[in-house]
Amino acid sequence: MSKIMEGLLYSESHEWVKVDGDIAIIGVSDFAQKEMGEITYVDMPEVDDEIGQGETFGALESVKAASDLYSPVSGVVVEVNEELEDAPEKVNEDAFENWIIKVRMSDKGELDGLMDAAAYKAMIEE
Amino acid sequence: MSEVMENGQLSKTCLYEKHVALGAKMSPFAGFMMPIQYSSIVEEHNAVRGKVGMFDVSHMGEIFVEGPEAEAFVNYIFTNEIRGFEPGKVLYGMMCYPDGGVVDDLLVYREFEPEHFLLVVNAANIAKDYEWILSKASMNPVTGKPFDCRIDNASDGWGQIAVQGPEAEKTVVEVLGLKEAAELGFYTFYDTEINGKRLIVSRTGYTGEDGFELYTTPEETVRLWDILLAAGVVPCGLGCRDTLRFEAGLPLYGDELSPEITPVMAGLGMFCKYDKDFVGKEALLLQKSEGAPKKLVGIEIEDKAIPRAGYPVELEDGTVVGVVTTGYHSISLDKSICFALVESRYAALDTPLSIRIRKKVFPGKVVKKRFYQTNYKK
Repeated sequence: MSKIMEGLLYSESHEWVKVDGDIAIIGVSDFAQKEMGEITYVDMPEVDDEIGQGETFGALESVKAASDLYSPVSGVVVEVNEELEDAPEKVNEDAFENWIIKVRMSDKGELDGLMDAAAYKAMIEE
Repeated sequence: MSEVMENGQLSKTCLYEKHVALGAKMSPFAGFMMPIQYSSIVEEHNAVRGKVGMFDVSHMGEIFVEGPEAEAFVNYIFTNEIRGFEPGKVLYGMMCYPDGGVVDDLLVYREFEPEHFLLVVNAANIAKDYEWILSKASMNPVTGKPFDCRIDNASDGWGQIAVQGPEAEKTVVEVLGLKEAAELGFYTFYDTEINGKRLIVSRTGYTGEDGFELYTTPEETVRLWDILLAAGVVPCGLGCRDTLRFEAGLPLYGDELSPEITPVMAGLGMFCKYDKDFVGKEALLLQKSEGAPKKLVGIEIEDKAIPRAGYPVELEDGTVVGVVTTGYHSISLDKSICFALVESRYAALDTPLSIRIRKKVFPGKVVKKRFYQTNYKK
């Protein structure tokens, strides 16, 4: 069973968002890390990169495959989790604790299109 | 790992139930439902490099050729030279089309009975190979008649387990009681029996480590698997089979060899012998003398990003000069490396070449394809 964290918002492509004022903290769900298997590399954007909702901002790589990361919101990258550069396996250890990027949102209205924990749970159990 | 049958009936090997019971992640490969990993690709990979692991390779094809003209026939369709090659030996080589493209790469076993050969071919190519072999057998270019030999695609009647790693010899000798296995040199085999069934013990493999491939009936394959598992041999999936063979510089049909990628392009010219006639010889000789348009190289990049099959290989100015065929962040070497097919003028060692990975370009250079120092039994 995959863990689901209450109080977060989720995208159909398995990213989660924690909202802190106008900052969106973005990671991937426990379900996504389990599907990927051992993560060996996290490809992240640069600080100050502009990203649009639904655009790829990086990728998770396992031994066998690369899986794109899609931004659930539009905005500007204000921080990337540098710890993951040397320790990508932290995403496997705790996908909710180990966020990937922080984005200053340009349109908080986009959050309305994301799922809450219950809706996301229903989606992955389908 | 590129041959995936998207539709149609998937076959199961004799060990299918064992894989499912072990909780393996199963996936279609070459028309079979195969285990990709049991626990973790990294752990399985390291088991083979450090100790001993086993693979279900029952999906591979076994085609027997026997009869008065078996040697002449096999030598005609095979790039390597089998004349003067003794019973009990195994040879690697290719079957080529007349234009030099590759039908398949395979192992040829010269059996202990005269004019008996076993051809071990890739699972994805069994049907194609069998058809190709039959068509070539219909006409001996020397006599103008069909080759006088029988050809039997016996793939369904054989299972195969590869036991690989530095402790492979100890394992097959002590756990399976195959004492003569210790005497085998690399690329040799012997015949024995298990419960009255034929068992071929072959010192071969696809990992860069010492190891054995055990061919027998499906029923006995299952029994061998259970005995090895009970003795603590780590079951290993196709995931690490690919990372292991890749590090050892070994090609995979479909990625590094294909109808478009000749042995000369793939750097496997040493397995083509030109003092005999074989299908594809003229085209390969021409390519050898004129120079192949593209060559397979190793590339190492200076980052942890991973070059994957299909990613472009570029010069500093962004000109695309090739494409990645297989790539990983190497488990044994902790480096991001790949095989790539590039324009021949950029194939020299140390040539600076970059790989485009998504939006970024990572500089690297051409290195030897055998990334990992292999540990074969001499």
